[in-house]
Parts: sequence; structure tokens; C-alpha cells
Amino acid sequence: MAEHVIDIQALRRSAVKSGQEVLPTSLAMRNLSLFYNNDTQALYDINLDIPRQRVTAFIGPSGCGKSSLLRCINRMNDLIDGCRVTGELLLEGENIYDPRVDAASLRRRVGMVFQKPNPFPKTVYENVAYGLRIQGLNKKRVLDEVVEKSLRAAALWDEVKDRLHENALGMSGGQQQRLVIARTIAVEPDVLLLDEPASALDPISTLKIEELIYELKSRYTIVIVTHNMQQAARVSDMTAFMYMGKLVEFDQTDSLFTNPAKKQTEDYITGRYG
Amino acid sequence: MFQQDSYRQHISAQFNAELEAVKNHLLEMGGLVEQQVARAVESLLSRDSGLAEEIIVNDELVNQLEVSIDEECSRILARRQPAASDLRLVFTIAKVTTDLERIGDEASKIARQAVRLSEEDASPSNFVEIRHIGGHVANMLRKSLDAFARLDVDMAVETIVADRSVDAEYSTAMRSLITFMMEDPRTIGAVINEMWALRSLERVGDHASNISEHVVYLVRGLDVRHVEPDELVAHVEESERNS
Repeated sequence: MAEHVIDIQALRRSAVKSGQEVLPTSLAMRNLSLFYNNDTQALYDINLDIPRQRVTAFIGPSGCGKSSLLRCINRMNDLIDGCRVTGELLLEGENIYDPRVDAASLRRRVGMVFQKPNPFPKTVYENVAYGLRIQGLNKKRVLDEVVEKSLRAAALWDEVKDRLHENALGMSGGQQQRLVIARTIAVEPDVLLLDEPASALDPISTLKIEELIYELKSRYTIVIVTHNMQQAARVSDMTAFMYMGKLVEFDQTDSLFTNPAKKQTEDYITGRYG
Repeated sequence: MFQQDSYRQHISAQFNAELEAVKNHLLEMGGLVEQQVARAVESLLSRDSGLAEEIIVNDELVNQLEVSIDEECSRILARRQPAASDLRLVFTIAKVTTDLERIGDEASKIARQAVRLSEEDASPSNFVEIRHIGGHVANMLRKSLDAFARLDVDMAVETIVADRSVDAEYSTAMRSLITFMMEDPRTIGAVINEMWALRSLERVGDHASNISEHVVYLVRGLDVRHVEPDELVAHVEESERNS
């Protein structure tokens, strides 16, 4: 078919598709509440289905609980004294707060990237190989392969292939952040948690990270917390707006940013919050 | 949900001012276009070619407003990245300017017919149809602009529905004008000019209806452009329940 001929059938299919498609759920939260110091409640009965192989963004004002919620997903809050979680958080149907679940193996399945790039003070190569080495994998051929594959997936390979054995701390902030992402995906997690992954970066590095998120979503379920609403609008498929520890609205990003259902969401995304 | 003048509550006062300014410029353009249509019809009915010439010249003003409002909209999009109701406001304004500019073009087309008709003998129809449909369409245009200014969905829906009766009246008018031509072929020249003017008025009604559709989108976030008029009211009511 010539390129300029409009494929009516395809148009129809995409018109149908753009309606409500049901996405398979990767992470399901059921009445999830979080308490600090045993009595201060940070999250209130969160019910949320995060779709597999899509990007879900959490937005909301500072202190609304979006980072706390993100940290629940790989049980980072376990590390805080007096912190208690009630309700369920199901990863592929399995409650990660079940006492039988080992936090370390959970975190292999749920990787996390923070606001400030935190590469180890080691070579680029060793940073990416680290996760595999602590799993006991030391075969050079396998490691070489995984390092290259991960760096390629993190869109960093071409920039660092000639300096794999130089210290990672010599790289730019944007490169360091992509290296951290490469390190995270080297162990093949199911879920990638990104906590303000680009807020310490310049606009060009930010765009590279956003492009990378787009590339990675075909293989991972991605959850991102961001203060930058335009960033949430650019990178995510679904957006959750949180306020004061509660989930106010969860919808497709396209709808949420053009026609939010709740007044609170509207006020926040248009800049009337205050 | 869009609330009346909620754009005044922005944290950024500058952003408020920009949205308010572009909204006011659109209403200004609307007022000018409304006047152009009313005076074009008047020039035709009173066979006043001087007035008609004036309208043709004034169309340039309408065109300038379209360009400057579009510029304002793209500046706001680039600098403010508006979302939700703000985004719908800017988007709607950009679309409404297009319709208003087209209405302006139709007004100057009517004025051109007025110039021609002023040189012909008196019309056998006495411009009954033009007077009638002209009044109806002017009313629609006013209501669609009021609906925009007041964010009034009910009024917008009323205008969209009214366009249907204008279309019906237009067909009836065409038939009666054809009858005049058949009865007396000497009137063909004048009656054809009258038909063109009627055609322009009917188009003004269509554009007014478009503006009202944009207003429904602005207020409700609901696209009613290709909804059948019969289903329109139910559609809008349903969106009200859901919001």
C-alpha cells in the first residue's frame, strides 16, 4: 500500500484502542497504609493497580506521600525504625509484605534509582557487574556480555565503551545516572522505581533519561516519582495524583492532564495549589 | 470541572493576566465579527454599497486579530505549558479564532453581494429570507459568544441545536428563490446573488455552532463535534452526572 493512502482499518483499530484498554497488572496495592513511629500515618488506604510494562507516575506536593509509597514497593521503609505497613502490596499476585518474602530477593526484582546518582567508587564496568558478582557470578565472558547489554539498554554504551575501566565518578551527572540505571537493570528486575531520577540533571541529560524511560518500558514496569509535572506528562502512561497521604485520582496520563475528574487534581496541575 | 473565572486563582499572577488578556482579546474579536455580520446584512437590505465597502475593508481588522490571538496562544503554550482547564482554554481560543475569522470572511462575502445587489433592480423576494435567517444566525452567534464568556454549556447546546433549524430554513429559502427564478428568468442575476448571501449566512450559523461545540469542550472536556444533534443533550447530561 502506498504510504500516503490512509489505512482506514488501522485508524479504526487505533480509535478503538485509545478507549479504555485493560492492562495486565504488575503491582496491586490493597488498602495499603503506612505508619511512622507507630502512630503517624503517612499513607491512607491506597488502592492502586500499576500496569505491567507501562510507566506510572506519582505526582503531588511535597510531603504528600508519593516517595513513601514508592519506597513501599521494594520495602525500603523496612529500614526505618517504628515503621509499619498494613494492607497488601501484590507483585505479580504475591504479597511482598508476607513474612516469608526475603527483602533482598525482592529488591533484586524491584530495582530503584534515586535523585542523586550514586555510582560506586569503582570502574564503570565494575559498577554494572556488581549485582551479578554478589550473586556469585564471576565468569568474564558472561559479565562482559551483561555489562555491554545493560550499558546499551541504558543508552550509555557508545559514550563509555572506551573507558569501561575508568572510575565512574569521573563521568558527568547525567552519565552517572544512566550508569546507575544500567547497574539496576543488569540483574534483570521486573520493576524499576525511579525517585526523581532527573531532578539533579541539566535539561539535555533529563531528556536523555526520559528517552531511556521510554525505551525501557517495553521490558520493565516503571514507576516514577517526579516534582516536574511536565515530566510526568511526557514520560508516563498512567498518573496517580496524591495529596496528604491519600490517592486522589489515578487515570491515564492523557486524561488526567487534559480533563482531570477531581477539583484537587485540577488545582494542582494547573498551578492553583497553594 | 471548569469553574467560572477560576483562572484568576493562579499562583502565578502573570499567568492569570496572560489568560485573562487572551480571553478578552477573543471576546473583542467576537464583538467585531458580530458587528460585521449585522452590518453586512443591513447593507444588503438597505442596498447601501458605501456601508458594504466599509465592511470589506474592516475584514482586515478581523484577520489581524486572528493572527495576534494565535500568537498569544502559542506564546502561552510555549512558556507556561498549561494543563487541564487552562490547556482547554488556550486550545479552545485558538480554534474559536479560526471560526471567527471565517465568519468575518462570510460577512465580507455578504457585503460583496450587497454591492452587486445595489446595482440590480429591486429583488422579487424583498429579502424576506435573508432578513429572517440573518436574524436567526445573528442570534446564534451572539449566544455562542455569550456561552463562551459565561462558560455556559446549556446555552452552547441550545445554539448547536438551533443550527439545525437554520439549515432547514436555508433549504426552504433556496426552494422559494428557485421559484422566483423559474417564474421570471430576468431575476436570475439578482436572485443568484441573494442565494450566495444566504449561503454565507448559513455558513455563519455553522461556525457559530462550531464555537458552541468548542465551549462544551472547554467547560466539560467533552468533544461533541461529531455527535448527532439527537444524542447531544443526553451526551452532555451524562457528562454532567459523571463529573
